[in-house]
Amino acid sequence: MRSASAGPEIERLITLLAKLPGLGPRSARRAALQLLGKRDVLMRPLADALADAADKIQACSTCGNLDVTDPCAVCAAPNRQDGAICVVETVGDLWALERAGAFKGRYHVLGGVLSALDGVRPEDLNIARLVERASEADVTEIVLALNATVDGQTTAHYLADKLEPCGVSVTSLARGVPVGGELDYLDDGTLAAAFRSRSSV
Amino acid sequence: MEWRDRGIVLQVRPHGETSAIVDILTETQGRHAGLVKGARSRAMRPVLQPGNQVLATWRARLSEHLGMFQIEADDLGAGAVMEDRTALAGLNSACALAVMALPEREAHPAVHAGFQLLLQAFEDPDLWPAIYVRWEAGVLSDLGYGLDLAKCVVTGETEDLTHVSPRTGRAVCREEAAPYAAKLLELPGFMRGRGAIEKGDIAMGLELTGYFLERRVLWPVDKQLPEARTRLISELERVGAL
Repeated sequence: MRSASAGPEIERLITLLAKLPGLGPRSARRAALQLLGKRDVLMRPLADALADAADKIQACSTCGNLDVTDPCAVCAAPNRQDGAICVVETVGDLWALERAGAFKGRYHVLGGVLSALDGVRPEDLNIARLVERASEADVTEIVLALNATVDGQTTAHYLADKLEPCGVSVTSLARGVPVGGELDYLDDGTLAAAFRSRSSV
Repeated sequence: MEWRDRGIVLQVRPHGETSAIVDILTETQGRHAGLVKGARSRAMRPVLQPGNQVLATWRARLSEHLGMFQIEADDLGAGAVMEDRTALAGLNSACALAVMALPEREAHPAVHAGFQLLLQAFEDPDLWPAIYVRWEAGVLSDLGYGLDLAKCVVTGETEDLTHVSPRTGRAVCREEAAPYAAKLLELPGFMRGRGAIEKGDIAMGLELTGYFLERRVLWPVDKQLPEARTRLISELERVGAL
């Protein structure tokens, strides 16, 4: 990747940019050139924003979300329901649910899912804190919003077991035909799940 | 180099942003890995779930290369198994054990056939635990560490075989086993294809196969029984299937 015309500072910038998702060495080089070309309007503000984010953003000690405050804005919001906690795998999933605006309770970020083959064990996930939160008096429902994958559902079943003594209702997201989905292209599992969850029209 | 076969997805490891290294168990090629480009696309993710059966075409310039898979959906049964937590624990355990115990690129058609049977059996909660135990015994047998359950190692008797010697893996009849019962492993009748599955049989069978899998297959390569198997045992215990 090293080019004769670029100094070590540019090389370092390109190498670091190439580590970002969606960027390879070539696109990183283009991004670096773009940044250098717009030093005042793009590069310096970006550098400031990155430094600011690195200094201030932290994981919420209650739910695991990322925010500048601890507890995060979602945990601190007074207008949210305390009775329901939605369990998600990553902060990205939390953001996706927030974009949809379908849930008005609190969240809990697990930080991954159990994986027999990748060696991810219950101790590696933020499960102990979830059990603590589920045991609080005002919590009545835990929604397991985990991916419909083998690992995601293994984790959901494990959590359902762990949460049983807490006396809360444990629910999971429904599975079925997605918006714009065509039956012909759906896998057997989704079709079977959709049939089981059919409702009157 | 190119081959095409039906296979069962065992493991999917992300590789880069869009690809994955997928391990599948095929009838003619055994456990085989390959790179699947676009494996994390919306269309491929449901197909590449452990336990799904796929049609795989493997291509590489040289046989020793990792090679690339072209995968098509064949029988996507993983979705149905996901609904049943005990069956899901069974699927996870079988996949983890296949990845750990089976050598790569060595055909084990009987193990593949047994896995297919197990996948079909997951619909029947009373039946599949016994098939799982028989499948593990089949893995041992195919790897060359088979249990000899045909006759008593001491008397040659073929009836009333109740125990297995932990040293030789050969069956022992009730009469000869009595003085050494504490040192021998119990042999459930269903493992010899006889009698109905009774309470305690699955636990006995899992202990028996686990003992030999651990000592003969996994310990020599510095591995332990997969945690998914421990979780399966707890799950079977929870539902009272042991």
